[in-house]
Amino acid sequence: MQRNVRAALAGVVMVLGVASAHADESSVQLTQADGVERVQASCAICHSLDYIVMNSPFQDRAGWDKTVTKMVKVMGAPLTPEDTAAIVDYLAANYGKPQ
Amino acid sequence: MDRRKFLSRTSGTIVGGLLLPRLGIATASADELPAGTVASSALDTLPGKRPLVRRTFRPPNFETPVELFREAYTPNDAFYVRWHSAVPEVALADWRLRIGGPAVQKPREYTHDEIVRKFKRAEVTAVNQCSGNRRGLFAPHVPGVQWGFGAMGNAVWAGVRLKDVLEDAGLAANALEVVANGSDAAMLTGPDFVKSLPMWKALDPDTLLAFEMNGEPLPALNGGPARIVAPGWTATYWIKAVADLTVSDKPFDGFWMKTAYRVPRGMFGDSGFQSQDTEQNSPITSIKVNSLIVTPAPGATLPAGRRTEVMGIAWDGGSGIRKVEVSLDGGASWRDAKLGRDLGRYSWRQWRYDFKPQAGPVTVLARAVARDGATQTEKLVHNPAGYHHNVVQRADYHAA
Repeated sequence: MQRNVRAALAGVVMVLGVASAHADESSVQLTQADGVERVQASCAICHSLDYIVMNSPFQDRAGWDKTVTKMVKVMGAPLTPEDTAAIVDYLAANYGKPQ
Repeated sequence: MDRRKFLSRTSGTIVGGLLLPRLGIATASADELPAGTVASSALDTLPGKRPLVRRTFRPPNFETPVELFREAYTPNDAFYVRWHSAVPEVALADWRLRIGGPAVQKPREYTHDEIVRKFKRAEVTAVNQCSGNRRGLFAPHVPGVQWGFGAMGNAVWAGVRLKDVLEDAGLAANALEVVANGSDAAMLTGPDFVKSLPMWKALDPDTLLAFEMNGEPLPALNGGPARIVAPGWTATYWIKAVADLTVSDKPFDGFWMKTAYRVPRGMFGDSGFQSQDTEQNSPITSIKVNSLIVTPAPGATLPAGRRTEVMGIAWDGGSGIRKVEVSLDGGASWRDAKLGRDLGRYSWRQWRYDFKPQAGPVTVLARAVARDGATQTEKLVHNPAGYHHNVVQRADYHAA
C-alpha cells in the first residue's frame, strides 16, 4: 500500500536494523570461499547473514536454488542471472546438505 | 561465536538480575535443531529487552528462553520478537488509524486520544504464538526461521474492541474481510506485510485494537503503539504498528495471505476462514492444543528418591485446557497433573506434577487435552511451511 509507505516515511522514524544498533550483526562471518563477496553484497541489502547459517546444512542445491529464486521473484532482490547462479553455487558448496 | 565460547561466557552469570544456570540454546536439544541454527544461536540483547535467544539480527527474530515461561504472564522485556522487515518506531502522538475500503460507509481517521475517549476499554489474557514456533524441530527440516520452543508468550492485552471501532465507521452488508496493514514497509519491491481477518473474527468481542501489554504501553518491538490482538489465532494476524484497516467485499489476495502462511486443506481441520480457503490449502488460523515442560530443564539431574516437581504450561486456540497428563513409563500409563489457576480460555494454564524419581534415567512425557476434546499428536504432522508442531514432548533426566 503506497499511501501507507509514504505515511510511514513522513511521520515515522524508520529504525533500520534496530537490532544492529545493540546486537552487532557483523559478528556473523560467512565461510571465505569463491563468491562470498557477491553473497554478502546481495543478501545483506535486506537481511543479516545469519539467515544463511540458520538454514544450513539441511538445504541441498535445489533447496538453496528455490530460496534464492524466491528472493528475486517475490522479494525483489536486484540480482542478475549470473549473480543468482554464483550465489546458489556458493550456498550449495558452503552451506549445503552434504550430497 | 562458537557454542563453547558462548556457554563459558554466560554460564552461571547473573543476567538482568536472573540467575541463568544452564543457558540452553533454546532448550530444544541441540540435536533437534538444525546444525546451522545451533551454530548461529546466541543470547543477545535488543533495546529494552533482557537477553533472548537470537535467531536472526535483521530483521530481528529473537525467542524467549523456556526458563522464563515459569511466570504466568511473560514479562514485556522477555517477550519474543518477530519481524518480517525493519521495525517502525511511531510515537503515540503521531499515530493514526485509518479505516476505509469498499465495505465501509464512513471512512475515518482516529488519533489514540479519540479512540480511548470514544470506545470502552477492553482487555484479554491471551497466548501470542508465532505460526512457525517449533519449526526448527521439524524432521525433515523446512526452511524459514528455525524457532525452538520460545516464539510465544502470554500477556494481558488491553485497548478497545476492534468491533467497536469498525462499527463506528459503519459496515456495509457486503463486508467480507478486514485487511490490516502496519507501518512497516517491505524491503525493495517485496510484498508489504498485510493480513486479513474474516468478519466474524474481526467482530469477536475478544479481538482487540491493543495499546497495552501487561499494563504498560506496547513496546515498539512487540507492535507498539497499537496492534491487533486476535486471541486463539496465530500471531501472523496480530498486525503490529497497525495503521490501516480496509474493510473489503472480496478476499484479500496479498502475498502473505494468498501464498504464505498456508497449510494443506483439511490437514488441521476447518480453518474458519472460508473466503481464504482454496481447493489445495487454507490459511493457518487457530493455535493447536499444546503443552511445554518448563522446569526442570530437560537434561537436569534430579534428586533420587526425593519429591520432585515438574512444572509446565498448556494452551490451545481458545476452548481452554481440560487436563494435562504426565507419563513416566514412555506412554504406557498417564496420570493427571495438577492444573493452576484458570486465567481465561485464551491464556496458557500452568500445571504441576509431583513424583519421586528412582536413581537412573527418567523420562517425562506431557500431553494436554483441550475442552473441545482435541489432544496433542504423537507424531509430527509434517507440512511444507513447518506449522502446528504439537507433538507430545519428551524430557529426559537423570536421577542420582
